[in-house]
Amino acid sequence: MGCNENGADREKYAELDQFIASLPTTKGELIRVLHRAQGIFGYLPKEVQVYVAKKLDLPVSKVYGVVSFYSFFTMKPKGKYDVSVCLGTACYVRGADKILEALTKKLGIGVGDTTEDAKFSLRTLRCVGACGLAPVVMINNKVYGRVTPDMVEGIIAECE
Amino acid sequence: MVKIKSLEELKRIKEQAQNSVSLRVKGDNIENMIQIRVAMATCGIASGAREVMNEFVEALGEEKIDNAVVTQTGCMGYCYAEPTIELTMPGKDPIIYGYVDKAKVHEIIDKTIKHGELIDGIINSQHKTIE
Amino acid sequence: MADYKFHILVCGGTGCQSSNSHEIMEALKQNVADAGMAEDCKVLMTGCFGFCEQGPIVKMLPDNTFYTSVKPEDAAEIVAEHIVKGRKVQRLLYVDPENEEHVSDAKHMEFYKKQMRIALRNCGFIDPENIDEYIARDGYAALAKCLTEMTPEEVIEEMKKSGLRGRGGAGFPTGLKWQFARGYKSDVKYVVCNADEGDPGAFMDRSILEGDPNSVIEAMAICGYAIGAKYGRVYIRAEYPLAIDRLSIAINQAREYGLLGDNILGTDFCFDIELMFGAGAFVCGEETALIHSMEGQRGEPTTKPPFPAESGFWNQPTNVNNVETWANVPVIFLKGADWFRSIGTEKSPGTKVFALAGKINNVGLIEVPMGTTLREVIYEIGGGIKNGKKFKAVQTGGPSGGCLTEKDLDTPIDFDNLVAKGSMMGSGGMIVMDEDDCMPAVAKFYLEFTQEESCGKCTPCRVGTTRLSELLTDITNGKGTLQHLEELKRLSEVIRDTALCGLGQTAPNPVLSTLRTFEDEYIAHVTEKTCPAGKCQALLKYEIIADACKGCTLCARNCPVGAISGTVKNPHVIDQSKCIKCGVCMNNCRFNAIVRH
Repeated sequence: MGCNENGADREKYAELDQFIASLPTTKGELIRVLHRAQGIFGYLPKEVQVYVAKKLDLPVSKVYGVVSFYSFFTMKPKGKYDVSVCLGTACYVRGADKILEALTKKLGIGVGDTTEDAKFSLRTLRCVGACGLAPVVMINNKVYGRVTPDMVEGIIAECE
Repeated sequence: MVKIKSLEELKRIKEQAQNSVSLRVKGDNIENMIQIRVAMATCGIASGAREVMNEFVEALGEEKIDNAVVTQTGCMGYCYAEPTIELTMPGKDPIIYGYVDKAKVHEIIDKTIKHGELIDGIINSQHKTIE
Repeated sequence: MADYKFHILVCGGTGCQSSNSHEIMEALKQNVADAGMAEDCKVLMTGCFGFCEQGPIVKMLPDNTFYTSVKPEDAAEIVAEHIVKGRKVQRLLYVDPENEEHVSDAKHMEFYKKQMRIALRNCGFIDPENIDEYIARDGYAALAKCLTEMTPEEVIEEMKKSGLRGRGGAGFPTGLKWQFARGYKSDVKYVVCNADEGDPGAFMDRSILEGDPNSVIEAMAICGYAIGAKYGRVYIRAEYPLAIDRLSIAINQAREYGLLGDNILGTDFCFDIELMFGAGAFVCGEETALIHSMEGQRGEPTTKPPFPAESGFWNQPTNVNNVETWANVPVIFLKGADWFRSIGTEKSPGTKVFALAGKINNVGLIEVPMGTTLREVIYEIGGGIKNGKKFKAVQTGGPSGGCLTEKDLDTPIDFDNLVAKGSMMGSGGMIVMDEDDCMPAVAKFYLEFTQEESCGKCTPCRVGTTRLSELLTDITNGKGTLQHLEELKRLSEVIRDTALCGLGQTAPNPVLSTLRTFEDEYIAHVTEKTCPAGKCQALLKYEIIADACKGCTLCARNCPVGAISGTVKNPHVIDQSKCIKCGVCMNNCRFNAIVRH
C-alpha cells in the first residue's frame, strides 16, 4: 500500500512540512519528526521516509536505520483496531502466551500483521503498567484486564 | 499565575495552598485527631445541624485548632435532642452532646476541646460509634 | 473558611484507569452535585495508591476510608451513604483475608503496614495536575533552600553524605555522579531524566511521573544548580501518554510560577526542561544509548569512558539519573542527609520501590526501607502466593537479574545482597513464581526479550543471545541434551565477559541463576524429556486410562488432528506421534479418564 499523490495525502505532507518548519532546529530532531509523521500518516511507508530524509537533509539509509530500530515505529499500516497483547513478565507468568495464541487463531494473522480488510492488526508490547490486571490486552487505547483465552472471542466481537 | 520571585512568596503560596491538602494530612493521621461528627439525618438538619456543622468548621479555623476534623454522620438515635454531635478526643471514648446550638459550639470548643472539661448536655457517655 | 469538608480521591494510576476510574470520578461528581454537596465535597483524581490488585481504589477523607474494587455504579451509594449519612459502605471495604474482618483505614492493612513512602510520598495524595498541592506539601522548598542557603558544592556534599544510590539498577552513588559532572568545565551542560522504563513488569517510574511529576522537576533543577547546568531533558517512553500529559502540565505550571525559566526565585539561576520521546527500545535505558537516541540516532551504546559526565548529549557534560532517584532528592534536602541515612541499610540508605507482580495475592506498587526481607515483601505485604500454591522463586532485576528461591527469603534486600545472591536490584520489578512455572521456560522468556532488544552493535550480544535463546528453545521442546547445558553455561560466561554494554553483560543472568538453582529441572528436561512444572507443551504426554474410559467417543470427535482412535464403548488410545498436546481431549472428558504427565 503506498501513498498516492491525492488531495488527502497532500494535506498530510503539508501538515508535516508545517511541523518541521516550526522546529527551531532540525539537528537531532529525526525521532521527533518521525513521531509526528507516524501520527499524521498512521505508519511510516517508504515514501514518507524518503520525504523526511529529504526534508532533514539526511541519507534515506539513516532514516530507515532509525525507523527499523525502534519498535514504536511501524512500516505497515495498522488496522482500525490495533490489538496489542502485553508480554511483560507479569502478564507472561499469568498466561499471556495463551492469549496471544488465541488471538492469532481468531484473527488469522501473525504478530505484526494486519487483516486483509484492514480492520485488525496484532502486535505485542512490553508492560502497559497494569500488572494488577494481568494478563492484559489493549485495543487502541482501551485496556482489557484479567483476560482468559475464552474471552478473546467476545472481545473481538465487541469491535466488530 | 504570578511569578514566585522569592522564598517569602513561595511560603505565601504554600500557606494559601495548605488548606487544600490539610484535610488529607489530617485524614492520614485520623487516630490522633479530635473528631466531631454532626448527626445529619432529616431531623438533625431540620433542627439546624448544618448551621452547627458550619459553625464548628469556622470556629475551629478561627481558634487555629488544626488537629480537629468535622464530618457528618447519620441519625444517632437521639431524635429528641437534635442537633446532636459526637465528640471523640484522641484515645478517649466518644461522647454525645445534645441540643447543640451556635453558643454551645463555642462552649464545647472552649471547655471540652481546649481543656478537656466536660460540660452540660452530655446525653450519653457510653455511646458506641457507628461505622 | 470556604473549604471542603470532604475529599474523595480516585486513583488515576494506569491500572485503575484501565478499570474505568475516570467514569467512577465523573459518577461521583455527578452524585455529589445531585446531593447538593458540591461545595462541601471535592472529588479529585490522584496518582497511584499502589494496591493495584484491589483497584479501582477510592479514598474518602477526612476519615481515611479506603474503598476497593469500586465500580461506576457504586458512586451513588458512596455519596448517599458515606457523604450524606456518614455511614461506611461495608461491602466496598477491604476484607482482611486472615480474619475476614473489614478494614477501613489503609494503615491497618498488611499491604501498607511495612511500607514507607519517600519516593511515592505524594502519589495517591495530591492532585498531580495542580502544582499548588505539591507546594503545599513543601514542594520547591528544597530547591529554594539550595538556591538561597547553599553553594553548589554544599549541595553535592549533602547528596554524597545521604548515600543515595541510583535507583535505575546499578546503584551508582548519585552525589558522586553529580560531582563528576560539576568537575568538567563547559558553558553548556545537561541534566537528563531517564524515564525510558523498559523492564517488562516494572512501572514505578511511570507511577511517579503520573502521580507526582513536580518532584522530578524540582530535583532536576537542584541538580542543574549543583553541576552548573541550564538545560534539562526528560527522555520518556512514547508509550506512556498519561505520564507525558501530567509531566507537560507540571512543566507548564512550574514555568508560569517562574520555578523553571530565568532567574528562578529571584536568584541568577536559570533552568528549563524539555521533553524528548523514546520510541520503544529497551537498550535506551543504558545512558550512552539513551543519549544517542536523544540526538535522533539509533539508540546504540558506546564504550565508557568517556562517561556522559565528560562527554554526553551533543558531547557536553551530562548527568543522567532515573525517575525514582530524582523523586528521592527533594526530601533529602528537606529532612537532611542524616535522616535519609537513618533509613535502610548502611550501604544502601533509603527505600526502594518495587512493582510486585506475578503469582502473588497483592499485586501492586510498594515502597519499603532497604533491608526489608523478601519474606516480608512476599508474605506480609504481598499476602502470599495466589490460590494457595507453593512459592518457587522470585525474579528481581528484570531481564538483567536472576531468580531467588526459598533459601534467600530472609536476605535483607539491598543492592549488594542481591548481587551476592546472583541477582540484582534492577529497576525494581519483582515477579513471584509458583510451582507451575517452569524455570527453563522463564529463562527462555527473558532471553527472547533481550535477543529482540539487542541493538546488534556488538557480536557477543547480537549473536550470543540468539544462540542462548535457540539452546533454550531446544531444551523446552525436548530436543536438548546434557551438551546443551554445558554450552548454555559456557556461552553465558563469554557474553557476560565480552559484551559492550550493560544490556549484553547482564543478559545471561536469568540463565546462569536458574541453571545454578534449578539444575535438576534443566536435567529433567534434557535427560527424561519431562517438564516437572507441566508447562512445556512439547514435553507433555496425554494418555487415556483404559479402565476409566467409557468409550463415549467425545475425545476422538474433538481431537483437532485425529490422533485418537477407538470404537464406541471401548477404551480409546492416543497416537503419540500425531498428538499436538493441545489438551482439548482432557478438557472434554467427562470421566477423568485422560491424564497428563
